[in-house]
Amino acid sequence: MFEYAPAPESRSIVDIAPSYGLFIDGSFVPASSSGGVFKTVNPASEEVLAEIASAGADDVDLAVAAARRAFGPWSALPGAERAKYLFRIARIIQERSRELAVLESLDNGKPIRESRDVDLPLVAAHFFYYAGWADKLAYAGFGPDPRPLGVAAQVIPWNFPMLMLAWKIAPALAAGNTVVLKPAETTPLSALFFADICRQADLPPGVVNIITGAGETGRALVEHPDVNKVAFTGSTEVGRQIARSIAGTRKRLTLELGGKAANIVFDDAPIDQAVEGIVNGIFFNQGHVCCAGSRLLVQESAYDEVLTALKRRMSTLRVGDPLDKNTDIGAINSAEQLSRIRELSEIGAAEGAERWSPQCDLPSQGFWFAPTIFTGVTQAHRIAREEIFGPVLSVLTFRTPDEAIEKANNTPYGLSAGVWTEKGSLILAMADKLRAGVVWANTFNKFDPTSPFGGYKESGYGREGGRHGLEAYLA
Amino acid sequence: MPAAPAEAPAARAGRLAVRKTYKLYIGGAFPRSESGRTYLVDGDNVALASRKDARDAVIAARKAQAKWGGATAYNRGQVLYRIAEMVEARRDEFIARGVPAAEVDAAVDRWVWYAGWSDKIAQVHGGANPVAGPFFNISAPEPTGVVGVVSPASFLGLVSVIAPAIVTGNTVVVLVSAPQAAVTLAEVLATSDLPGGVVNILTGRPAETAPWLASHDDVNALDLTGVADPELAGDLERAAAGSLKRVVRPPVDTPDFTADPGLHPMTALLETKTVWHPKGF
Repeated sequence: MFEYAPAPESRSIVDIAPSYGLFIDGSFVPASSSGGVFKTVNPASEEVLAEIASAGADDVDLAVAAARRAFGPWSALPGAERAKYLFRIARIIQERSRELAVLESLDNGKPIRESRDVDLPLVAAHFFYYAGWADKLAYAGFGPDPRPLGVAAQVIPWNFPMLMLAWKIAPALAAGNTVVLKPAETTPLSALFFADICRQADLPPGVVNIITGAGETGRALVEHPDVNKVAFTGSTEVGRQIARSIAGTRKRLTLELGGKAANIVFDDAPIDQAVEGIVNGIFFNQGHVCCAGSRLLVQESAYDEVLTALKRRMSTLRVGDPLDKNTDIGAINSAEQLSRIRELSEIGAAEGAERWSPQCDLPSQGFWFAPTIFTGVTQAHRIAREEIFGPVLSVLTFRTPDEAIEKANNTPYGLSAGVWTEKGSLILAMADKLRAGVVWANTFNKFDPTSPFGGYKESGYGREGGRHGLEAYLA
Repeated sequence: MPAAPAEAPAARAGRLAVRKTYKLYIGGAFPRSESGRTYLVDGDNVALASRKDARDAVIAARKAQAKWGGATAYNRGQVLYRIAEMVEARRDEFIARGVPAAEVDAAVDRWVWYAGWSDKIAQVHGGANPVAGPFFNISAPEPTGVVGVVSPASFLGLVSVIAPAIVTGNTVVVLVSAPQAAVTLAEVLATSDLPGGVVNILTGRPAETAPWLASHDDVNALDLTGVADPELAGDLERAAAGSLKRVVRPPVDTPDFTADPGLHPMTALLETKTVWHPKGF
């Protein structure tokens, strides 16, 4: 294979301040005495990017109070006026798209190719989509007189920081709610830049509040008594805790939790396309995707062909500098996540699965993990049952469609699934029987603001995106 | 429910009435409680459901779910309408069990209303999504699975929680405290072409059996509409969090079951599945 010349995106377009406060009631404020500070680093280099305020209980109180004050006037605005603010935000995001993409890659470690071509276009598209709903809520199908719920507490993960923010904030504001959002502690920067976008758009103070911090801050926010709605994306375990903590209250809840998606390849599938789909399914965003196709189910008769093609394709993946436009796989988001991926991979090998990675040189600084597949995996293996949240694929086999369905559904999760076959009737029958909220047939990891996304079973409840995404924010 | 001695008309002519034995309804059969326990209601001994009965009922509901959920919407609508026919036919019996006539009529109408939703809910609640790319993208509602239900005491309340759950293909385990009308409804269901196991009815003390449903890993959703005690509701909701069950909380105000229920009783027990496929030559 020939060498690529380095093609780094310039980071000079982003101006990161040495420190950031909390965005409460329209301005940046330092954390109170109950809070503190922490640092956010570039996972590709371990360079400290900025010092971030950690919101304590007092700060959470202030943010919720600001959102409460703003709720009355915001919800009383005609929908068409709220829409205009959302349209403005969408436009500013488009205009600052390159800056935000670089920022996201710096703070998260994802390749610029993905933050530039996937994340940011979708972020803008979500604001555009929900902007258009703001003055049409009575037509959304949830009753003739839909009303907002009040203050929404939103806690989002580190894998798609800006996109998850858009998924949460856009429908909440369109429906007339105000929000307090907490980004993940390893990726707070894009949310803080979004705060600036809100100011640029002249959004009334208090409508959007951003508080940074770790799990404790999130817990204080979710459990705050003056919150009407909780939306969380993250691990199933934390989802369970949140569901417990709001039990017996009138708070509404939506959860987008983990997954262990089966990507099912039949022997009549177009193999080259399927292999692209498998790679996209598990190595997109370093596998830091709740709906990643982390279990590959290959029909036995196509196993050799698929595995050979998959290994050949994996050998062309380029791991390294997230800001290089040729990079396919960037950095693992944090040292903690890297150790979890390593641990589960070692367990996979210890339990008897066969491990394979292409030859690749990993940078010495930062957090890196080579794309990895395990073959000879059974349903009992932990790597086939637990969410790894990294670039690790488990390969299983099946003979009949019934067996594929049984194996695919043999998980407490139910977020997504993939089916690869040329036969339309087989696709539709499989799609019917898969217990998953999203089924990608002959494609994978596609997202769109008009398309509802969310899980069955322990992958959480509620849907984000589409008309369905409004339901969570309306009474 | 007011006490109403429910002697059959034939008993009047100097003959001794044949009384009804009130049993559970599980998997299409009428077993006594596995525990052998009964409790007294208006002079009748009624089966008192146990934890084991609740677990048996979940097994029956799970077993029935795939086929019922996979039945055509047309077929499910027909079955629900058949239930309306059979409740109507037994109108006098429900009245004799203490259900006001207007409530029986409202319950019949409710079954008819939901029967008509079976083949419409997917049209109203799903549809094509115009994604920005060459993809066929469609969302359709699907049943959540097995639903544990704590029923309100009234007969119309009971119908108002069962019908929306099953019309879309869920199967249910229903806990009731007012047994006579519920057991009579079970007899209606058993003769209404409804497959065994789709509705399972456990008489007894919901406060005793509901925690087993709430913490059961093979129950997908929990409807607490009939839970009057907020503390119990909170406990059940906490238990349900273990397997991330969907929970329908008890209403804030006393519900008016005669009002238009809207879509929420159905949509609360539905998942949305979205299917993507590329378009191209």
